Amino acid sequence: MAEDEAKLVAALQAGDDAAFERLVRDYGGRMLAVASRLVGDGGEAKDVVQEAFLSAFRAIDRFEGTARLSTWLHRITVNAALMRLRSRRRHPEEPLDPWLPQFEASGHLANPGEPWQPQGALEKAELRAQVRKRIDELPEIYRTVLMLRDIEGLENEEVAGLLGVNVGTVKTRLHRARMALRSLLDPHVREIQS
Amino acid sequence: MSARDELTCRDFVEVIMAFLDGELDAAQRALFDAHLDACPDCDHYLDSYRTTVALGKSICDPEGIDGPVPLDVPEELVQAVLAARRQR
Repeated sequence: MAEDEAKLVAALQAGDDAAFERLVRDYGGRMLAVASRLVGDGGEAKDVVQEAFLSAFRAIDRFEGTARLSTWLHRITVNAALMRLRSRRRHPEEPLDPWLPQFEASGHLANPGEPWQPQGALEKAELRAQVRKRIDELPEIYRTVLMLRDIEGLENEEVAGLLGVNVGTVKTRLHRARMALRSLLDPHVREIQS
Repeated sequence: MSARDELTCRDFVEVIMAFLDGELDAAQRALFDAHLDACPDCDHYLDSYRTTVALGKSICDPEGIDGPVPLDVPEELVQAVLAARRQR
């Protein structure tokens, strides 16, 4: 643990009010960004950050410095966001099948279409803006896994633990989510490439 | 993946993530590579799958709250958090 971080943690564990304020000011914006990605912008994300900080304050005595403070706060924020997502009223999930690749009876890809131009696609700001919108169109169980693995950078095992499913389920959902996202992005990539 | 001596596109697509994660054994990898060499449609599909993953990762910093461009924390949120702590 870096010296500054060790001092901050020691002050937090001693109950120093100024240290708590510093923690909120130093990490609150980043935690709000994480919460906003997971639950959407607006008031709910702020509520998630508040809940995450209160969880962190309660648990700071058990923080031993095996992870960086930022990593620890990231996990707490993700967990608070997932709790919030679970509490939302569940809507009937749209089936994912229409967005998965289709195959002919022979097993060959049906309608493979034109190839993407990968480098060009990545550099287009308008396509990156579409990515966020299209991820939000995914059914919740797929969207959540994609967000946690590909965007928040959690490991399969961590995602499985947070969602209460096995690692195989995480992998299956992630692969299907990526294939569906690919299909959702396909018309936008073609429009940009044309 | 089925135990045949060649893959269909369906088989190939099914194991793309395992391929990218380095989870295919030598025999599976040989079948995967053979199909990739023979099937331009799957070659393109693999490219677009990779690009999709990269695009997802590009919309924010993958290290989460270590991101280089954090949002400013709204003052009202700072005060709400500190007030909630005092009320505990």
